[in-house]
Amino acid sequence: MSPSAWLQETVFWFFGGVLVIAALRVITVKHPVHAALFLVLCFFNTAVLWILSGAEFLGLVLILIYVGAVLVLLLFVVMMLDVEVAKLREGFVRYAPLGAVVALLLVFELAYVFWAHALGFHALTRLPRVSATHDNARALGTMLYRRDLYPFELAGMILLVGLIAAILLTLRRRPGIRSQDPARQVRVRASDRVRLVSLPSGRRHSP
Amino acid sequence: MNLWITGLLSWFLPRLVGIVLVTVVVILSVAYLTYAERKIIGYMQLRLGPNRVGKWGLLQPFADVFKLLLKEIVVPERSSVLLFVLAPVLAIVPALAAWAVIPFAPQVVLANLNAGLIYILALTSIGVYGVIMAGWASNSKYALLGAMRSAAQIISYEIAMGFALIGVVMAARTLNLETIVRNQAGGIGHWYLIPLLPLFVVYFMSGVAETNRAPFDVAEGESELVAGFHVEYSGTTFAVFFLAEYANMILISALAATLFLGGWASPLAGTGIPLLADSGLAWLALKIAVMLFLFLWLRATFPRYRYDQIMRLGWKVFIPVTLVWLGVESLMIVGQVGPWFQGGRP
Repeated sequence: MSPSAWLQETVFWFFGGVLVIAALRVITVKHPVHAALFLVLCFFNTAVLWILSGAEFLGLVLILIYVGAVLVLLLFVVMMLDVEVAKLREGFVRYAPLGAVVALLLVFELAYVFWAHALGFHALTRLPRVSATHDNARALGTMLYRRDLYPFELAGMILLVGLIAAILLTLRRRPGIRSQDPARQVRVRASDRVRLVSLPSGRRHSP
Repeated sequence: MNLWITGLLSWFLPRLVGIVLVTVVVILSVAYLTYAERKIIGYMQLRLGPNRVGKWGLLQPFADVFKLLLKEIVVPERSSVLLFVLAPVLAIVPALAAWAVIPFAPQVVLANLNAGLIYILALTSIGVYGVIMAGWASNSKYALLGAMRSAAQIISYEIAMGFALIGVVMAARTLNLETIVRNQAGGIGHWYLIPLLPLFVVYFMSGVAETNRAPFDVAEGESELVAGFHVEYSGTTFAVFFLAEYANMILISALAATLFLGGWASPLAGTGIPLLADSGLAWLALKIAVMLFLFLWLRATFPRYRYDQIMRLGWKVFIPVTLVWLGVESLMIVGQVGPWFQGGRP
């Protein structure tokens, strides 16, 4: 095996191994904040595997969007919660059958995918590979904006509608709230606030 | 087998030397950036700044470093120790790793990635985890509040920053930093600064906000949060946070220089003046230094923003400005304006 191939193999097994361990820890660790951080680790390792198989643009975007934005917001919420760990762990037996069904379904789906594509266990060499100089971003752009322009724009519109709907659902105008209007604050002039009253000087106080 | 090892080493060693070199230079620059900051702000406020350790106080940064390294690291009780120690590491690593794709001179870059700009965005977006983890693991209300403020601020300004960078990508029609610099070569008139001036301003101010520097440093807010997210950190762990903040400043300056000011390309290229018309590392260093001076000047000049006004500036001013200017830029591209958009429609 050539040195660079050996290095790729090593990197794959290392990050793949960390990925599996981190994924297990996401569901076994006690505190939600730790679980969220393990999820960050998962995403990061997944991104490395994607980059390794030549999809550098997608891998970096995965980090940018999921690690850099989505999970930060998730952590933001989780950290503010005062979590009672014991309470979270209640009801394991009650929910176990449902969990088992979901898990079995996932395992079946995964097995089906592997079987359908007749992938071997030696994963790295079977991963779809492109040359290192292949410009991912350009290829994706050509596909999305030339070949699949209308479906892509349609998906964008659906997301936009969803965004507006979510904002409308949370937008409540309650009466009686005092909020600042910076534009008005900036427009204020001295004449709006201060009234100069000229009093004739030297007038005697009334007795 | 022997051949195999030499093959691996010959692949590995030059890269390792490059990485170590860049890291050492960045860390030394951080040391003297703190010195420059204290001197420049000192003179702006009619003080002398450090002048006791070494000639003109030149050894002051090293005195500070040794002081911090020799101090005890205090880990708060009932804190999450592993995360507490990991947080400063997570803050410094992205600030150093992003240098991999910065072109220092023609053909001199550690990794000439096709998606270089996205790599930079991805890495700078994980810097926030250091702050969040520090705030949460410290088990202190001041640290947590500082971390929350910082996280909200960084995420908000990342959007404006990303939009500003889209302008550069549209102009250069590539994500590769080396090509972006090459497109701007040929004198000061070719810089993207000129057609993209509003985006440059938005990018730089967002950079100031992302690095939690004055006037956007509410995450530290000495007056109300003591020191914000790093209030519980001492000694080496504090030094690493400090290092990360300054390394990020240098990184933002280097990116601004690369994306808008032509990187290593000489502003006098094409004039035929010997030496000054040549491109190279010196021009990049000079441009970075000018941007860093702006950082320090801002800090000496402006009082701290109020928190809600920071949010308003990011969401309601910067993002609309970038969106409008992206439209204007599209028109310029269609009209093939100036030397910047001669390539025509892609």
